[in-house]
Amino acid sequence: MKKQLFALLFALLPVTALADGGLPYSMEPDLHDRESLQNGMKLYVNYCMGCHSLEHQRFSRAANDLDIPQELVEDNLIFSPDLAFNDQMRIAMHSDDAENWFGTAPPDLTLESRLRSPDWIYSYLLSFYRDADSSTGVNNDVFDQVAMPNVLEPLQGVQEKVCASTDRHIKGQSPDPLTGKYQSCDILRVTQPGELEPDEFKAAVHDLTNFLAYVGEPSKLKAQALAPKVLIFIFILGIICYFLKREYWRDVH
Amino acid sequence: MGNPHKAKAERGVMRWVDDRFPATQMWQEHLSKYYAPKNFNFWYFFGSLALLMLVNQILTGVWLTMSYNPTAEGAFASVEYIMRDVEWGWLIRYMHTTGASAFFVVVYLHMFRGLLYGSYRAPRELVWVFGMTIYLALMAEAFMGYLLPWGQMSYWGAQVIISLFSAIPSIGPDLAQWVRGDFLISGITLNRFFALHVVALPIVILALVVLHIIALHEVGSNNPDGVDIKQKKDETGKPLDGIPFHPYYTVKDLVGVAVFLFVFCVVIFYFPEGGGYFIEQPNFEPANPLKTPDHIAPVWYFTPFYAILRAITFSIFGLEAKFLGVIFMGGAIAALFVLPWLDRSPVNSIRYKGWMSKVMLGLFAISFVILGVLGVLPVSTGRTILAQVCTVIYFAFFVLMPLYTRLEKTKPVPERVTG
Repeated sequence: MKKQLFALLFALLPVTALADGGLPYSMEPDLHDRESLQNGMKLYVNYCMGCHSLEHQRFSRAANDLDIPQELVEDNLIFSPDLAFNDQMRIAMHSDDAENWFGTAPPDLTLESRLRSPDWIYSYLLSFYRDADSSTGVNNDVFDQVAMPNVLEPLQGVQEKVCASTDRHIKGQSPDPLTGKYQSCDILRVTQPGELEPDEFKAAVHDLTNFLAYVGEPSKLKAQALAPKVLIFIFILGIICYFLKREYWRDVH
Repeated sequence: MGNPHKAKAERGVMRWVDDRFPATQMWQEHLSKYYAPKNFNFWYFFGSLALLMLVNQILTGVWLTMSYNPTAEGAFASVEYIMRDVEWGWLIRYMHTTGASAFFVVVYLHMFRGLLYGSYRAPRELVWVFGMTIYLALMAEAFMGYLLPWGQMSYWGAQVIISLFSAIPSIGPDLAQWVRGDFLISGITLNRFFALHVVALPIVILALVVLHIIALHEVGSNNPDGVDIKQKKDETGKPLDGIPFHPYYTVKDLVGVAVFLFVFCVVIFYFPEGGGYFIEQPNFEPANPLKTPDHIAPVWYFTPFYAILRAITFSIFGLEAKFLGVIFMGGAIAALFVLPWLDRSPVNSIRYKGWMSKVMLGLFAISFVILGVLGVLPVSTGRTILAQVCTVIYFAFFVLMPLYTRLEKTKPVPERVTG
């Protein structure tokens, strides 16, 4: 009985047990939201794909899964003359060059959402701030001293750390007895607006993260569509087997 | 034309075959006239489920091999190729990865059944020893298979386990290098692990499964009461408490198969990573010999033994802690092999054993689970002490067994099976 519980324990342990602790934001990927995924792909190709490849993801697969017509992909999402519709989403930058320029080669992001979690990507992209001490001019709350510049700054605007009060719990501090808020000088705030309003920017980062969640496991769409049929089949099979067993065992006393 | 006493079909194609090959004879011996006790309970589903998982692993494995590239340069990408570009590749791969964990779940439950009802006792010692050898081969098979995706945890998990060989005094470092085929884990190691994983070990496991079943059918199945059903036979020589395996247990096992497949498919379709326990998160990054992951944990089915290894933090008689750890880890598995000769109880089943056996088996199971959990977690002082306590309990179960099974008062065993 105890080993049964052991097996159950592992089956039931929530994914959160392994998730990164203490991330400032969280998001729930929605692979059925085509609009969000399409927007995410557009953002990815325009803002990320200069440096980050999706080596295992084909343009054509994404186009099929996300309902984007081939011509639209070829005209608007494939910039390199070396790449065709059926190619993987590779980049032109050579990893040796990248290492010389940035100190480290920007990683391929095909499996980033499974390696780190969508929450991590979402939080990371929202947590850049201006830092004069850093070589890129920015730093990140989720990934300290990251080599990547804040490529989304034109959309987001300039985000800086300011002193302010916040609802978020600050470790080792007791809240203000009157307002119930915490005081901190690590609050991220947009000080110069970008092309998007803060809420619009969050939505854009959500779409981008959603797209990367899709890219991490494109088969998930198919799996979830197939699962109920398979499970119903096995359930009915189980019932038939049970009655078959009962019939055969009628003469066992 | 063959042995006239053998069972043969009356006429037709089967008669022609039977004159040349004992097909009907084998069918009867192993299925339609193999008399199994009629009182098998829940615990008896796991043998057939283990066989199902073996078939699953072999079939999905063969199909994975068709698209997998066993080189350090191509392995990781080929797994993603299977996941994305091969028709139904994602399903085949998840059936294989989930199948590995499910195989161990059912094997552990199958082994625990043996412990509960004394299925290892005379005359079934060889059934148990063959079974333990399967378990050992299965661990090697799973370990080598885990290197093949060539992810970070594949690489570093293998690095940690192979480095255990280097703890052996004097020959250790050379032995580890011999196993790796290189100074560190490389494409050479991957190639040999691939060969062993897809050719050598499956042959060994299949052969052992045949031996396990032949030995079982020679002596007959045990049952929850641990009584011998062959003692009471009817006038035709059939055991009174026995029923033919086919059709009775084939239809019963089908119910178990359906229930099992339901759970199995829920995992495959909805939680293929098994919460990070079936496919560990760092394995979504290609192996990098220059970057050690923050926390290296073996896959869950090895963690009880890994926890025993780490629990040994002291040296005795000049033997280094690491080497002692390896000895204890090996001893933890070796102890299971000699179980049939440690149990001196006059009864087989836990149902009729005394309170000491029950307490010891309970403590053993709990300590095994705790060790399994500890093996996943990073080390801390408190956890090391807990692991040491559990290691002592684990070994006490075996070392003290000749004493407590002989000293305790047992209950009277019924002449025939109950329930």
